[in-house]
Amino acid sequence: MTTSTDHYYVPEPSRWPLIGAASVFTFLFGTVLWMNAWGAGPWIMLVGLGLLAYLFRGWFGDVISENLSGSYNGQVDQSFRQGMFWFITSEVFFFITFFGCLYYLRNITLPYLGGEGYLGTSNILWEGFTYSWPPLQVPDASNYTVAKEAMGPAGLPLWNTIILLSSGGTLTWAHWGLKKDNNRQLVLGLAATIALGVVFFILQAYEYGHAYAEMDLTLNSGIYGSTFYMLTGFHGFHVTVGTIMLMVILARAMKRHFSEHNHFAFEAVAWYWHFVDVVWIALYIFVYWL
Amino acid sequence: MSTEAIHDDHHDHAPSGIGRWLFSTNHKDIGTMYLIFSLAMLFLGGASAMLLRAELFTPGLQLLDPDTYNNLLTNHALLMVFGVVMPAAAGMANWMIPLMIGAPDMALPRLNNLSFWLLPFAAIMLMISMAAPYFPGGGTPINTGWTLYPPLSIQVGMGMDFAIFTLHILGISSILAAINIVTTIVNMRAPGMTWFKLPLFVWAWMLTGLLLIMIMPVLAGGVTMLLFDRHFGTAFFDAAGGGDPVLFQHLFWFFGHPEVYVLLLPSIGVLGMVVPTFSRKPLFAYKPLVYSMMMLTALGMVVWAHHQYTVGMSQAVTTYFMIGTILISIPVGYMLFSFIFTMWRGAMTFETPMLFAVAIILMFSFAGVTGVMLAVVPADLQYHDTYFVVAHFHYALIPGALFGLYAGVFYWLPKWTGHMYDERLGKIFFWWTTISFNLTFFVQHFSGLAGMPRRIIDYSPVFAEFNMISSIGAFAFGLSHLLFLWIIIKTIRGGDKAADKPWDGAQVGTPGLEWTLPSPPPFHSFSTPPLVK
Ligand code: HEM
Ligand SMILES: [Cu+2]
Repeated sequence: MTTSTDHYYVPEPSRWPLIGAASVFTFLFGTVLWMNAWGAGPWIMLVGLGLLAYLFRGWFGDVISENLSGSYNGQVDQSFRQGMFWFITSEVFFFITFFGCLYYLRNITLPYLGGEGYLGTSNILWEGFTYSWPPLQVPDASNYTVAKEAMGPAGLPLWNTIILLSSGGTLTWAHWGLKKDNNRQLVLGLAATIALGVVFFILQAYEYGHAYAEMDLTLNSGIYGSTFYMLTGFHGFHVTVGTIMLMVILARAMKRHFSEHNHFAFEAVAWYWHFVDVVWIALYIFVYWL
Repeated sequence: MSTEAIHDDHHDHAPSGIGRWLFSTNHKDIGTMYLIFSLAMLFLGGASAMLLRAELFTPGLQLLDPDTYNNLLTNHALLMVFGVVMPAAAGMANWMIPLMIGAPDMALPRLNNLSFWLLPFAAIMLMISMAAPYFPGGGTPINTGWTLYPPLSIQVGMGMDFAIFTLHILGISSILAAINIVTTIVNMRAPGMTWFKLPLFVWAWMLTGLLLIMIMPVLAGGVTMLLFDRHFGTAFFDAAGGGDPVLFQHLFWFFGHPEVYVLLLPSIGVLGMVVPTFSRKPLFAYKPLVYSMMMLTALGMVVWAHHQYTVGMSQAVTTYFMIGTILISIPVGYMLFSFIFTMWRGAMTFETPMLFAVAIILMFSFAGVTGVMLAVVPADLQYHDTYFVVAHFHYALIPGALFGLYAGVFYWLPKWTGHMYDERLGKIFFWWTTISFNLTFFVQHFSGLAGMPRRIIDYSPVFAEFNMISSIGAFAFGLSHLLFLWIIIKTIRGGDKAADKPWDGAQVGTPGLEWTLPSPPPFHSFSTPPLVK
């Protein structure tokens, strides 16, 4: 596809951005009320979510129909690609934040709380607290529950690793299908990827339930629970979003929207999915294993 | 540089009615909305500053109670940083970058409008965050300052939740805007507009955009953890649970220090356009200037903890951050030298934008000097959290960011409106703001060195004179902006017709294609790619 063009493309005015801004505001406003135990909160959140769903449907619907009507040129395609690239870059930094925190807590904060460091003041403040990872104690347990056991790398997490890695494989297989103009392979590959995503989601939900019910590992289990749920939770959220996007792509593939030369949406979602994959590998190593 | 711009006329009618603005996909209209929004927020943020200075006019408590004072202070900072400087810079990027590089519009025009419309909603939520405590069930005011440090920020009322979500909305807006601007610069340059032909303003925004993409997610992550600590029992910033309040400071300043370059760089970009124009000489050493901006960007990412010298980091760590911070003065100094050498032996004239430019170079250098003082650990242990820091960052931000944007406004108003502004009023505005700004903040260096702490409603009577001078200066500074507003309104409504190239030196500098278009440019500037030779 060429990137040069003899006539620029600019979309017509659109009401979606304004609706987008309003829906984000509504949803977050409701969330604050909900967190502060105001009765109206959840309803306002629901309205916001509904608006968001309406928005995505409408906005992406517009883009899809413009694309199908052939209004886009190579330059627009390139803009979409680069936009998606920078978006994923910002997501990378979002996860770097949480991994950075994990690193900082494990290598600086917790050893210090255990009395290391040139001042060693924590020996006085938190007498008896010693550092180990995963920490099955907290310096002061009056506000925290303490996990009974730690989450190991074997069992479910290992299965989840295998599942996500194979989903990357099935997605690439689907991409090959698309390149060979083999729609059956594309649809099958996508369906398999979605199925693996859903299985991952279910296993993860099961693992959370198990952690809460039997291991006493909760959001409230001091820093271990905090980092565990923050990292796996945001990852799980991204898997969910990715699965929904794959479902849209599957529906579009069944309507034969994609061709060998025109399938940016497929590639964008594939990049996103691989990104979520890579985050999982980092998670598996740093959260479950080491 | 010559160009070929072909317009086809049927493309040139703007949509009518309010829908033109609400549903816009036009970079100039969106740029205008950004600028108007920013001006409105400037008056709001200025009003809160006036109130703070009125309270500080004499020692003792006059108008406010301590919590309200700090609530207002927090609001003032967030408004100025996120509501005024960033939107104004984004507005100029919207207006000028497509014109400069010969693009039809921004790369992703609808996304562009989303970036803008998130801002008014964020502003509303910010106002709610400030007002909530004064309603039943709203809890205590946000008395943390804009840095939102825990544990205090975990204890205050629900206003903090609104503030956190305000930052989320602003973060989404900035990331989307940055993605759009970077994509525009990479993908939409007209054929022949190579990287080292780009106007400095475009380069400055390229780097600003990259910074935003890297730092806004970190702020979002940090305040999200704050939210979880507040409501869902996590222990990120609580030592009793194995967390660390200092961790938040690292997250905040990992965002916060690069953020000051986000505020600075677009203005440096404006200087890169203004100084050559009115010196009638090309930019001195353009390429090294670009490299020094890159160095500034890179170094800016790794020096954040100079804001935290007093929290008990180890000596090795503070030493590293000290050296890193002092190194930053190399690219900063280089940029200033480059501007000075551009003026050297130039045929200089001093229209309002140039007056601002020269004043910026002088006053911003001053901030650089106090910055190096603050970067030195043993010295900063004394200066930290005093008015010396307040003086430092106001010298950095008002000349470095705000005045640069004013220079941009005066420089480009003729292009935007098609009219020349009133040069006499412009000059009055310049002298009025510059003198009153210095009156306000210069004395704060002294009160700071003498130990007056910041973020406190009251002070020892020994600082009474300094504070009275500051307050008088601040009122004069605030008032000068009514003149600014009037100049802008007057220019929009009429005035001498502006030529396509209203400044005779404009072509000498390192411009893009902006002066090849009429003033004001047609609704769709380029509908086919112009050729840059
Ligand atoms: C040579 C360049 C600079 C150096 C070495 C420098 C150094 C510093 C240091 C060490 C501090 C922390 C002081 C303390 O809290 O004790 C500080 C604070 C600050 N600086 Fe700079 N700075 C420089 C340039 C700038 C620029 C260009 C800006 C903005 C455009 C800026 C804005 C700020 C702000 C806003 C704060 C205070 C933040 C707060 O505590 O609320 N600085 N600077
Ligand atoms: Cu800094």
